[in-house]
Amino acid sequence: MQINKFMVGGVLILGAVVFLIWSSLNATSEYFLTVNELNEKGSNIVDRNLRVSGAVLGDSIQYDAANLILTFEVAHVPGDNAEIEALGGLAEVLHQAVIDPSRERMKVVYEGPMPDLLRNEAQAIMTGHLGADGIFYADELLLKCPTKYEEAVPEQVVNK
Amino acid sequence: MIAQFGFGVLVVSFLVALYSVFAAIYGEYKKSPSLVESARRAMLLTWPLLTLTAGVLIYLLVNNHYEVQFVYEVTSRSMPTYLKVTAWWGGQAGSLLFWSWLMSAFTSLVTLRKWDRDREFLPWVIVVSGVTMSFFIGMNLFFENPFAQLYQTFEGIGPHTFQPADSILFTPQDGQGLNPLLRHPGMVIHPPMLYLGFVSFVIPYAFALAALITGRTDDRWIRLTRRWALWAWLFLSFGLVLGGRWAYDVLGWGGYWGWDPVEIAAFMPWLTGTAFLHSVMIQEKRGMFKHWNMLLIILTYSLVIFGTFLTRSGVLSSVHAFAESAIGPLFFTFIGLTLITSVALLIYRWDSLRSETTMTSMLSREALFLLNNLLFMSILIVCFWGVIYPLISELFSGQKITVGPPFYERATGPLFAALMLLMGIAPLSAWGHSTVKTLGRAIWKPAVIAVIITVALFFTYTKNAIALTGFFLVALVILVTVYEYWRGANARQKSQGENIFTAFWNLTGRNRRRYGGYIIHISMMLMAIGILGIELFQVETQGRVAVGESLNLANYTVEYREIASWDDSPKGVNFTRAVVDIYENGVYLGELHPRKDFYFESQQSMTIPGQYATLRDDLYILLIDWEPASVEGATFKIYVNPLVNWLWLGSLLFLVGIVIAAWAEKDPERVTVRAGRRIQQTSAADD
Repeated sequence: MQINKFMVGGVLILGAVVFLIWSSLNATSEYFLTVNELNEKGSNIVDRNLRVSGAVLGDSIQYDAANLILTFEVAHVPGDNAEIEALGGLAEVLHQAVIDPSRERMKVVYEGPMPDLLRNEAQAIMTGHLGADGIFYADELLLKCPTKYEEAVPEQVVNK
Repeated sequence: MIAQFGFGVLVVSFLVALYSVFAAIYGEYKKSPSLVESARRAMLLTWPLLTLTAGVLIYLLVNNHYEVQFVYEVTSRSMPTYLKVTAWWGGQAGSLLFWSWLMSAFTSLVTLRKWDRDREFLPWVIVVSGVTMSFFIGMNLFFENPFAQLYQTFEGIGPHTFQPADSILFTPQDGQGLNPLLRHPGMVIHPPMLYLGFVSFVIPYAFALAALITGRTDDRWIRLTRRWALWAWLFLSFGLVLGGRWAYDVLGWGGYWGWDPVEIAAFMPWLTGTAFLHSVMIQEKRGMFKHWNMLLIILTYSLVIFGTFLTRSGVLSSVHAFAESAIGPLFFTFIGLTLITSVALLIYRWDSLRSETTMTSMLSREALFLLNNLLFMSILIVCFWGVIYPLISELFSGQKITVGPPFYERATGPLFAALMLLMGIAPLSAWGHSTVKTLGRAIWKPAVIAVIITVALFFTYTKNAIALTGFFLVALVILVTVYEYWRGANARQKSQGENIFTAFWNLTGRNRRRYGGYIIHISMMLMAIGILGIELFQVETQGRVAVGESLNLANYTVEYREIASWDDSPKGVNFTRAVVDIYENGVYLGELHPRKDFYFESQQSMTIPGQYATLRDDLYILLIDWEPASVEGATFKIYVNPLVNWLWLGSLLFLVGIVIAAWAEKDPERVTVRAGRRIQQTSAADD
């Protein structure tokens, strides 16, 4: 009987945790898409929570410093880590994405201070939503330079 | 030459660590004390060996040996010496070596202790720590050699451990240098603290496994490692807090806590470790939860390795991720194997770990501790689920679905609130048995005062329901804890005839873990105030202003005075520094210097805020952009973060609390006789 009392308590807590996870997932989960997938789905996913990864095109970065409005474009990079590895690593994939003019691209708008790590060939992971105008409105920007912690051996050293 | 020497010593350390594992197993098998003793000495030898290896690496780092690939990658001539030293853990190969080095220091310390009473544990403690250490040294040896040098061959230049045929050594003129965001005093202390925390949890785990293997499953292993676990927890907590402070001070990292997968990876062992620290008390006092404690320490160890794995493997996208590398799968295999072995051992010894007493009352101290543990585990489940959900969703639906901070905040918020409520109730409950009546009698005074405070806040400060709930809980916990303290001191004052201050001092000194723990509870509440403040009440503004113009936010006025920009050539940095005057309600407070540093070699900028800190709030000014002609003005982004400094203040108090709790007891008034089935009706002031 005593056991039951504690069992009931345990089940209640477990139920509460499952409910918390389930309801929070429903309210906050984001589809993780590549630029290609995003363009493919287009207007079907307008106003959904999305997370998109892409390679930053340095020339497209514009910053309206008076209003803190940042616009830039990203080019498609594969979303799968194994695929990225197979293509020669993140730095190489980002580089190829940026120099290839036939890659699909996406325009991004973000309001806020310009992140220090935003630059050509950085990987941007953006959380936000796709507007009806086809522009991605990012609420959060996560930037990853493959060179951020450990620089790959640079071109003048590695010979391909 | 020097690099090869370093590699050679690393090889020797690896062999010595392996030897100690095999000698310990074989010595135990053959019942040969001399073999076990030689295993112990081998273990002791790993520390000087790895220290020598590390010394060689530091020598190479400090003396610009750019022919060594690792040195080339993480340092440059423009870096000050202290940063060149810390670059040791600025890259993957070095940080693995750092890990092994710490591990060897701790195992040496452990093997140096007196083993008379615990001789049977010794070989197995050596085996467990030796296996862990061999794994990490092996990573360095076979996959991430910090001593690989750059050689020019016909195929080009690349890193090699040994000189390839027909090649010459290639020495770049300068290194690439540590990323500017890492050139911060935070780099000196944040990673080592986390690593210290990670590594020192290996010791309690080693003892737990030794207990399982030898079958000596009483609480001896817990008593032996209690202080290890506390120190491990201290370092881990301190590491987490320092990371938060670093992030807060450098814009590039964004906020103080971002629910980034790697932050969570460091947070998860903290959660299980915290649960462990609480539940071992139940085993000591009541002989219960023995399986649970084993499981917790096994989980903590696995999560420690998992955390290291996450930061190294590139499996998850994170601001902390190192370059992707082949060592990920090996980490995964290692975690899998250790987890399976440990759990198998636990099941094998299941029967000898039965509880000595049963739980009877839902409100007894032990039941509330159990609830505390379940809540920590619930938070762990939420975190773990959030981290692996992208992988799982992709596996099952083909669509990768990720979660961000809103998920974690929403799902863990109520759990944290429940933990706070528990912190308010549990200290008043009694071992064995409590009823609503006994608890109610103890809690009603603090609860009434907490309600009064909350009502006062409602009329004066905020009408936000979450904030008010939070402040109520904070008030309740602080009041209950202070009340407990006061009751203890008061009783002592009467019985011992001490004055109240001496009574406070002796009370804490005689039961350090209990009262250190109370200080930790209070510090957690201070931190909660800070988190509630910045999360719920942060306000911000931005704008472009000309010299002499100002921006207003909350009670503050920020007036732009001047800007200057200059190059610091030896450091390779351009500094742009604005001077702003700040006023509060028209009263001049002083000047702040938000600035932007630009690092030429990496073409990267770094934004350093100007901060004006008070207990009420934190004025946080970022320089966004500027025009050379001052009439054109500069753009600032300004935040007011209410109460956030309580977070940092709480962190300091937290350290004090842990140090008190972990400090060696000078005269142990420890009651080793268990309360057993005896039911204590009295409240908890007497444990």
